Amino acid sequence: MTPRSHLQQLEAESIHIMREVVAECQRPVLLYSIGKDSSVLLRLAQKAFYPGPVPFPLLHIDTSYKFKEMIDFRDRYTAELGLNLIVHTNRAALNEGANPFVWGTQRCCGGLKTTALLDGLRNGGFDAAIGGARRDEERSRAKERVFSFRDQRGQWDPRNQRPELWNIFNTRIHPGESLRVFPLSNWTELDVWQYIHAENIPIVPLYFAKPRLMLERGDSLLPVEQPFVPHLPGEEPKLVKCRMRSLGCSPCTGAIRSDADTVPLIIEELVTMRRSERQNRVIDHDQDGSMEIKKQEGYF
Amino acid sequence: MATLLAPSESFSAFLDREKGKDLLRFTTAGSVDDGKSTLIGRLLYDSRSVYDDQLESVTKASAGRNAGAIDFSLLTDGLRAEREQGITIDVAYRYFATPRRKFIIADTPGHEQYTRNMVTGASTAELAIVLVDARKGVLVQSRRHSYIAGLLGIERVVIAVNKMDLVGYDETVFTAIEKDFRAILARFPHIEPYFVPVSALAGDNIVTRSANMPWFTGPSLLEHLETVPVGSRVLSAAFRFPVQRVVRPNQEFRGYAGTIVSGSVRPGDPVTILPSGRETSVASIVTFDGNQESASAGQAVTLTLSQEIDLSRGDFIVSSHQLPFKSHGVTATLVWLNEKPADLGKRYRIKHASRLDWATLRHIDFRLNINTLEQEPIHTLEMNAIGQVTLETARVLCFDRYTENRVTGSFILIDPATNATVAAGMITGAAETGALAPLAGISWHVKDGALVLTSEQGFSTKPNSNGEPLAMEDPEALEALRQMLRRLRIAPFTTTAESDFEI
Repeated sequence: MTPRSHLQQLEAESIHIMREVVAECQRPVLLYSIGKDSSVLLRLAQKAFYPGPVPFPLLHIDTSYKFKEMIDFRDRYTAELGLNLIVHTNRAALNEGANPFVWGTQRCCGGLKTTALLDGLRNGGFDAAIGGARRDEERSRAKERVFSFRDQRGQWDPRNQRPELWNIFNTRIHPGESLRVFPLSNWTELDVWQYIHAENIPIVPLYFAKPRLMLERGDSLLPVEQPFVPHLPGEEPKLVKCRMRSLGCSPCTGAIRSDADTVPLIIEELVTMRRSERQNRVIDHDQDGSMEIKKQEGYF
Repeated sequence: MATLLAPSESFSAFLDREKGKDLLRFTTAGSVDDGKSTLIGRLLYDSRSVYDDQLESVTKASAGRNAGAIDFSLLTDGLRAEREQGITIDVAYRYFATPRRKFIIADTPGHEQYTRNMVTGASTAELAIVLVDARKGVLVQSRRHSYIAGLLGIERVVIAVNKMDLVGYDETVFTAIEKDFRAILARFPHIEPYFVPVSALAGDNIVTRSANMPWFTGPSLLEHLETVPVGSRVLSAAFRFPVQRVVRPNQEFRGYAGTIVSGSVRPGDPVTILPSGRETSVASIVTFDGNQESASAGQAVTLTLSQEIDLSRGDFIVSSHQLPFKSHGVTATLVWLNEKPADLGKRYRIKHASRLDWATLRHIDFRLNINTLEQEPIHTLEMNAIGQVTLETARVLCFDRYTENRVTGSFILIDPATNATVAAGMITGAAETGALAPLAGISWHVKDGALVLTSEQGFSTKPNSNGEPLAMEDPEALEALRQMLRRLRIAPFTTTAESDFEI
């Protein structure tokens, strides 16, 4: 018998993880971010519980600054799959005027993402949140557990994580504590794209190259969806053929110049690419070790 | 990652080849200064798994500590807390791929106090790289690293003799280390070693063969990693399927979801349900992608059975031809992972495959000196200690020996008060009943439709207020017995002791 391929192995392990969550946790939820990794998570959830339905709701933390194409895709795709979608937004912060240019990226993320996430989880009484984070994304994630323990304030202490051996996961928590669960821990960006290709998984069209209105600023391409994105003197949006490599809030997600308008072309671009996936995410670079700090505070 | 795509290859050929690519998980063990982080950084860098911006960020960081060339070790130093201290404190996972294979590295620090990290990293690995500093030769750690690899069931160990550049690429240094190391490995006959002289810093024999060591004719480290066979043993082992969930979306369908941990299965195969012992056969193998003609180790599927049988999470579906052990007591090698030492006589939660149960730590037979590998007559286990123990479980445990099956032979212990994972265990066998103090000598059989319990000491003549016998104080054991009786539909049963009681 031939050994099974890496994608089949990764898929089976992710299915195993999702089934463990549902078997052992009281009230799991899937944190749905609309991106390609979330699309893969949904497919894995369908597979894990077939022929039954996906047994947990989806929670989307909507900062209100996501691309419109993301929200359209979210509503269409989750309805098509018949999934229960919960959307939570930190209205209070928005009313106070939260946006990345006025508040700065750190404070804006803190209010619209971290606080919103913790509130959304608490409102729903969720004890386990399944997310699409991968260990290859960022240095501080290389040591993240598959079942990551969070204290009663939802915070992550790197020194208080449980050893994980074999595929045996310790899901036991006290009331008020919670788990973040990462079924894609061992996937790389390339694995995700190969799986999307192999399984023909729907993704947000923003990943595919087409001419889009962008502000060109040095090497960066900035989307102009939100009216508050400041223009420099003489700067005019232009049509540039580009695509998003990862999706976040439109003011903080740069595009890359690209002609890749199909999944195989994206994969081809990826294997010749010299820049990492999160490089276009402003928020990862606001300070050395910044992802680690955000995680300690409760960010995904 | 340009090297993923071979120069002459078309892109569609690349995509096809990628689909069939397999996966090797390996772990690395080394001591503080033997260049392990540099070796891994070098593997990632030379296989072009490092992006330019990541390289820029470590070059930037190098300027603060040691200005100069790229510090490969910084590519793998994860947490800010660690970078400040210049040490690594936890298991980190790294990913890279070549045109031949994908790799997952469990990168573990090798200090003595981090045995638990090495054990964690080794638990999912099929191969271990042990680093030896060419200037220092075989150290006491080398024995420890070999032992842990062997203990965790790793059969392939690469001994990378590093820093060859600092000993003038001298062949005699390498052969002397190889000879010393082989003497250590004589204790681990199932380990297949591969010795390779390298310089992680200079890149010798890491990806390509080194011109500095023409006397070495074997494959480079990466060539070896790309070609070593993986994953065949679990396929030929006996069929084992721990039930993760009962799937019952409607009245018509009843299936059992889980991952096949070893062997393979086809519809029609006779199987036994454990612990009940009921026999039936597999009706179908259900997946989202359609029913399968067969399924094998590593696949996550849903099985339906030809008879309706009462079965729940934690039960096993196994090959009727090769049954696992069944016992209330096991002996195991235990690695203690927690700051709070092992507590003799304490009840821990045990998680074994998909079953959560209670286990009492009955006996610590000995502690192993991890450096000399001598058995020490010490009956306690502190963090990072390894010992041989006897455990007694509340319900019957179905298992294989760890040396035969890494999934059905392994477990973790969880402290019921803190919920911390306190120990990792590898089962060495069934414990003799004599070791099981409170249930000593109790055996049971079915006679004339009744369950008969026999005890050497006899049962207490005075049942407690609930009418339960004092010999069975353990509420979980009692509950398990009740459930078993309900399943067997046996009504009142008798004991051979003086008092009769009902459950």
